[in-house]
Amino acid sequence: MNSQSTKRSILSLSSDKIDIRYVAKLARIALTDDEVQRFGQQLGDLLEHVNVISKLDTDSIPATAQVVESRNVEREDEVRPCLDRKTVLSMAPQAQGSFFRVPRIIAEDG
Amino acid sequence: MSTVERSGVDVARAVNAREISAREVTDATLGQIDAVDERLGAYLTRLHDMARAAADRVDARIAGGEKLAMAGVPVAVKDNMCLAGTRTTCGSKILENWIAPYTGTAVQRILDAGGIPVGKSNMDEFAMGSSCENSALLQTRNPLDLSRVPGGSSGGSAAAVSAHLAAVGLGSDTGGSIREPGAFCGVVGFKPTYGRVSRYGLIAFASSLDQIGPLTRTVEDAALAYDVMAGYDPMDSTSIDRPLEPTFSALRDDLRGKRIGIVKEFETGKLGAAIDAVYKQAYRDLEKLGAELIEVSLPTADYGLATYYLIAPAECSSNLARFDGVRYGLRVEGNDVGEMYEATRAAGFGPEVKRRILIGTYALSSGYYDAYYVKAQKVRTLIGDDFKKAFATCDLIACPAASSPAFVSGAKSDPYSMYLMDYYTIPMSLAGLPALSVPCGSVSVEGKSVPMGLQLCAPIFAERELLSAAHAYEKATMHYKNNKLDVSLHRAPTGNLV
Amino acid sequence: MSNIESAHAVGGPQPSAGGRGAEGAAPSKWEAVIGIECHVELKTNSKMFCGCANEFGGEPNTKVCPVCLALPGALPVANRVAIEHMIAAGLAFDAQIPEFSKFDRKNYFYPDMPKDYQISQFDMPLTQGGVVRYWLEDGTMKECRLTRIHLEEDTGKSTHSGSGDGRIAGSSHSLIDFNRAGVPLMECVSEPEIHNADEAVGYLEALKRTFVQLGVSDVKMEEGSLRCDANVSIRPVGAKELGTKAEIKNMNSFRSVHRAIESEIARQIEIVESGGRVVQETRGWDEVTGTTHTMRSKEQAHDYRYFPDPDLVPVEVDRATVERIRKDMPELPPARFARYHCEFKLSVAQATQLVENAPLAEYFDACVNASKNAQQSVNFVLGDLSRLANESDTPVYESPVKPQHVAELITLVESNTINSKIAKELVGRMWKGEGAPKSIVEKEGLAQTSDPGAIDGFIDGVLAANEKSVADYKGGKTNVMGFLVGQVMKASRGKANPALVQERMKEKLT
Ligand SMILES: [Zn+2]
Repeated sequence: MNSQSTKRSILSLSSDKIDIRYVAKLARIALTDDEVQRFGQQLGDLLEHVNVISKLDTDSIPATAQVVESRNVEREDEVRPCLDRKTVLSMAPQAQGSFFRVPRIIAEDG
Repeated sequence: MSTVERSGVDVARAVNAREISAREVTDATLGQIDAVDERLGAYLTRLHDMARAAADRVDARIAGGEKLAMAGVPVAVKDNMCLAGTRTTCGSKILENWIAPYTGTAVQRILDAGGIPVGKSNMDEFAMGSSCENSALLQTRNPLDLSRVPGGSSGGSAAAVSAHLAAVGLGSDTGGSIREPGAFCGVVGFKPTYGRVSRYGLIAFASSLDQIGPLTRTVEDAALAYDVMAGYDPMDSTSIDRPLEPTFSALRDDLRGKRIGIVKEFETGKLGAAIDAVYKQAYRDLEKLGAELIEVSLPTADYGLATYYLIAPAECSSNLARFDGVRYGLRVEGNDVGEMYEATRAAGFGPEVKRRILIGTYALSSGYYDAYYVKAQKVRTLIGDDFKKAFATCDLIACPAASSPAFVSGAKSDPYSMYLMDYYTIPMSLAGLPALSVPCGSVSVEGKSVPMGLQLCAPIFAERELLSAAHAYEKATMHYKNNKLDVSLHRAPTGNLV
Repeated sequence: MSNIESAHAVGGPQPSAGGRGAEGAAPSKWEAVIGIECHVELKTNSKMFCGCANEFGGEPNTKVCPVCLALPGALPVANRVAIEHMIAAGLAFDAQIPEFSKFDRKNYFYPDMPKDYQISQFDMPLTQGGVVRYWLEDGTMKECRLTRIHLEEDTGKSTHSGSGDGRIAGSSHSLIDFNRAGVPLMECVSEPEIHNADEAVGYLEALKRTFVQLGVSDVKMEEGSLRCDANVSIRPVGAKELGTKAEIKNMNSFRSVHRAIESEIARQIEIVESGGRVVQETRGWDEVTGTTHTMRSKEQAHDYRYFPDPDLVPVEVDRATVERIRKDMPELPPARFARYHCEFKLSVAQATQLVENAPLAEYFDACVNASKNAQQSVNFVLGDLSRLANESDTPVYESPVKPQHVAELITLVESNTINSKIAKELVGRMWKGEGAPKSIVEKEGLAQTSDPGAIDGFIDGVLAANEKSVADYKGGKTNVMGFLVGQVMKASRGKANPALVQERMKEKLT
């Protein structure tokens, strides 16, 4: 149903080692070597536990994204009040003038 | 009965009748908080000024002739709910000093109904945990035994209500975070049907599972708070636009004609003889009230934990991306934005949050999405189908609310053993069902009596049926009356316990 | 010019393949294959998922709320009008509107994207397929299929400081304004069916005109409400396989799209012809140097971790809504252009001018409808009427001159009842609100006279009064004829049939 990833069976995954550094990079969390070690171990253990679901035959089962089926919840195209800028910028870790300020962006950091 | 021990229903009645003012109730509650919370740690932030101002407003409205459903009822607000002008931390260093500029819908409805926000209650960081020990900011203790945990993640609200530091505690339940701390602290913990209470203003953990609900000392109070909070909210696309039946006015005293399903797969014998005896007694008590007990089967419930630990982390990995040091909250500087993100999130999130973000990121990442996330969503369908089949033969399901009673702080160091605490509550969360825990007795551990919770669960939208049954059971058993606050709670402080 | 002689030989000073000249003149042995991704901001009152105003500009960080600033606990609710705009856009290009659509989260971190995920559509967009019909400057009609149009939300805007030139490279920090964050954005993805810069611009102009006419977007590139990237590759003419593509970004106008694509095609041809290989990469267009340069040298595979947004519910588009929107759909630019240019035989310039001004085109259509004469209608509408419109700052379609009047005028001219001079005068008087031309003509006796007796009378008078001119004419200066005819027309107050005046005058002078 979703073509973004190649189909793999969980059974083959259980033998994969989770690439914790790659995942941490995607999640934008710096990990110490110690954390890499510890989280790697813990997540590996957890994955073994969750792999029990591979036993279930779900080929003909639809996925549940939401438990209560609902459709077309839309708002009218109406303007509502905004927050005032003072409040908005008072939250900013760093602001400059009327802007939020961040350190330099390495091109295409995303 | 002292003022702080009065139920929410009783307080609201008395304030509306002008027997007592909201201000008096508030002052008494704030006094109790000041007296014991150093040792309990239920509140991250006490809201003395806001509470008194709110109480005065309520008194003015009452004087003006208004009747308010929750007039003067002291409310503990879990710290993952936005209340304008208050620090809203989610139990995390990353939001340690963030002041919410807006108020969430459920909290607003409580305020509009005359509820008094007395404090923001402690919680496991981002609601991830079952003991409150994952709060990065404060340790909360179980008021019935200070050596034990209050449960989690809504441990602060559960402890506050149990210790009479509020009549109503607002909690949020993703996989058991209201029901389990309710059971641990000897109070009622009620999670409504997913979508019944708006999530607007609730800091998301796992969007498709999160649901706000009350923690209270009585079922009546739970019904009162639910009736106030529930209902469609145009600010939350997943809130349900469907007529709401008031529950409070429909509470009954018996279970005649009700069929209650006992889940074959949840045989309590494996929890030990003492616990088994408590649940067997609870089931017999249901029967005595006129219910017919029938065996039901939830064959895929055993896969709930695995399913949950894929879906909830996946959603959380995305929901928690916004804590990036750009617009609010903690920032740890770096040479460039990327470094800043990584340093901020490394310093701002605790280990459990990091673990869940990492596992969720992994489950969604290229090559694994179908095998993990989509697979889990399909199993979620199967679990829901099991409940539907079961509810074809019964009106309610009864089972344990947690895998054990409250344990001693620090006892569960392995993440997975902590996850197992929610074994009995997760399947209902995955199916979106309304469920609650109600005190059902206690076991004796090291000479102390530790409470247990009975979980009752109903089909989607059957809150009325559910609360009515729980009320009947509570009225017949009155287990909450046996709660005894830890004697150390009122002792003069001997030092910082935190 | 043979291929060998063409200027894109190795080392040639100015590789011109892909250049305007080369396209037309020199059949290159290379064919460019171009796909275009366009982001177009939708025109709505409020943002996609919150009630903040969707307006360009304004004081920074004043059009933000908990939702579009991604404050903890805030939740999105979809804008109904944005979804309807998408359906209209899809229908305009004959796209399929699936019955079921949903929103997904595209996860990546970027400082001007508040949630650090973008609400977008992954595998079930609101519209699928479709075809954009467009035309080139010579009137050739072309087609390019669409892959899809999906709905998403815009990011905020970063200003890069410290690099001196506002560029991201070398900047020391960036300043962010979130006013634009959450503005509804449609992403139109084309199939790789465009083959040169002219086609690319023709395609983009067709998109733009269509969206403007539908009212779904203002499409102002200078305000950033249309942004596009082009995927460019080359292959030997006749080859089936696609070459390695480069993605070109930072093109800020249709002109820069044209220049960037030409430059990139030339660059790729040069590389391949000198034995090199094009690498897959993202390249930025530099307006100043007129070249593209590497932005991201190694195309790292993004792992966006798409999944259905659990904060939003699916969209089911019922067929009645589709039909209602389809029924309200105006005639769209490509069809209108084809009708004007191919059927009415208007020039490319005339047809384009009308297509770009839908109310004027409708006015023109009404004139044609009433007069059955497209050529005369276009002459009046784009000629005298448009001139008066410019002078008075009143659009033609809001002036007192009704299409019915224009049709009457055309009939008067075509039947030789009035001459063109009178016609011009009548247009001016109709503009002033004097009513239907026929009644003016009748009332004032402006009908053209072809009575030889009357015309001779006028001519005799003029010849008598202009003896010198008559002498000049007879002395060989035949160009005074124009003057003399003019005098006759004047004497007749413009009513004399000019052809007849000419004829009679010649007779009298010889
Ligand atoms: Zn907004």
